[in-house]
Amino acid sequence: MAVKVLIPPPLRPHAGGRAAAEFAAKNVEEALGQLTSEFAGLKRHLFTEEGRLRSFVNVYVNGEDIRYLAQEKTPTKDGDTINIIPSIAGGAAPENGAPLRSG
Amino acid sequence: MATKVQTPAGTKATEGLTNEEILRYSRHLIMPEVGMEGQLKLKNAKVLLIGTGGLGAPLGLYLAAAGVGKLGLVDFDVVDFTNLQRQVTFGSSDVGKPKSEAARARLSNLNPDIQVQAFETKLTSENALELFKDFDIIVDGTDNFPTRYLVNDACVLLGKPNVYGSIFRFEGQVTIFGMPGGPCYRCLYPEPPPPGLVPSCAEGGVLGVLPGIVGSIQAMETIKLILGSGRNLTGRLLLFDALEMGFREFKLRKNPKCPMCGEHRTIDKLIDYYEFCGVRGEEASAPDLKVPEMTPRELKTRLDRGEDLFILDVREPHEYQICNLRGHLIPLGELPRRVHELDSSREIVAHCRSGKRSAEAVDFLRKAGFRKIVNLKGGILAWSDEVDASVPKY
Repeated sequence: MAVKVLIPPPLRPHAGGRAAAEFAAKNVEEALGQLTSEFAGLKRHLFTEEGRLRSFVNVYVNGEDIRYLAQEKTPTKDGDTINIIPSIAGGAAPENGAPLRSG
Repeated sequence: MATKVQTPAGTKATEGLTNEEILRYSRHLIMPEVGMEGQLKLKNAKVLLIGTGGLGAPLGLYLAAAGVGKLGLVDFDVVDFTNLQRQVTFGSSDVGKPKSEAARARLSNLNPDIQVQAFETKLTSENALELFKDFDIIVDGTDNFPTRYLVNDACVLLGKPNVYGSIFRFEGQVTIFGMPGGPCYRCLYPEPPPPGLVPSCAEGGVLGVLPGIVGSIQAMETIKLILGSGRNLTGRLLLFDALEMGFREFKLRKNPKCPMCGEHRTIDKLIDYYEFCGVRGEEASAPDLKVPEMTPRELKTRLDRGEDLFILDVREPHEYQICNLRGHLIPLGELPRRVHELDSSREIVAHCRSGKRSAEAVDFLRKAGFRKIVNLKGGILAWSDEVDASVPKY
């Protein structure tokens, strides 16, 4: 049993459509590192060019925000679940480029 | 329990309920958790809905049905035919009408005893504080980042709860921001994503019932706030996964260093949210790419002349099934690894639905060295408008 990383719908197209992936990882940094190694397209959505986690992406370990734990060094063990929650704005599905409208 | 002031049937009273109201809300009144006291709280409540679309539809309907005494509806848009797939306040006869007004008419018909006010206006930094001040609770049913930050900041500045809901494809998020001691939107997301980085909804679409469910949860939370009952979603992010049909919860904490609601506030007025979100002008998506273009009429003329043009379709397979120009299909996301399927010595016309994705494709291919490539201006939608009306629009 490894650490399960759940991939949110907006990022699944960059992970080959996968909703989850499992890795052996001692902390969040390792888990996400392996995730972006396997799915290179995810890297720029999760990390800045300097390698920091983007601030519109929230990462939870077993339901707790890592910002209030040990950030990327938050330890993980077998059976833990990492959730990635990016901010979404949709109240509807606006056309790409259409004027801002209601949801 | 003796009822309070009973006024003659049909007249309005804020201290009591008319006989008509007692009958209308009887299913509330027979619940000890609501009762006359709860119904009066609903009657005296004032709720402002930002957005009357996919989320706003169930919100407006259920809050009106529940007897919220004053509802404000903010929306500057008009009802579009494609809205009817999910914005269930509207009917076919409303297409073309201002949404706020069409929603106002529908909700007033559902419940003539409440006050419904339509604000056919865009919410801006100039009008938000003024609009919000007469209401107790603000409900965010919008669809773009600048407005979400605007709603959040205005609510924090005025000390009003912000019942937040958002959706993407099959997932929804609901929580309540702005409660005393609770987090605000900036605690969760201090910065918006740069435009173009969060996948756009253009290829996404949405099942109409998803905002129906998420908006209904927002309505439920709003009613609970008014009644003061149950445990509301302050400090909890509810994530709804429609495909798995499951809910997950995540703890939301107030960020002590939050520039808006933290211990040392650094933002004390509304800002330019478009600038904050890196967006210029009206567009929420990445700025228009400047690539060489061809109009549908031009394409038709040249094809009729027998010219050897290669049509590249960068849409998704399910879109190809709806309608196509018999182009070679390479979905945009697959283009980098399938570029070898293209012959750079041929003249290529790239198209998608509206011209945006294909512009990205042309930009990518030009940077990869393709010289004879143009974008079909306006996409297959424009082809339908200008060349062949039998091609369905979607």
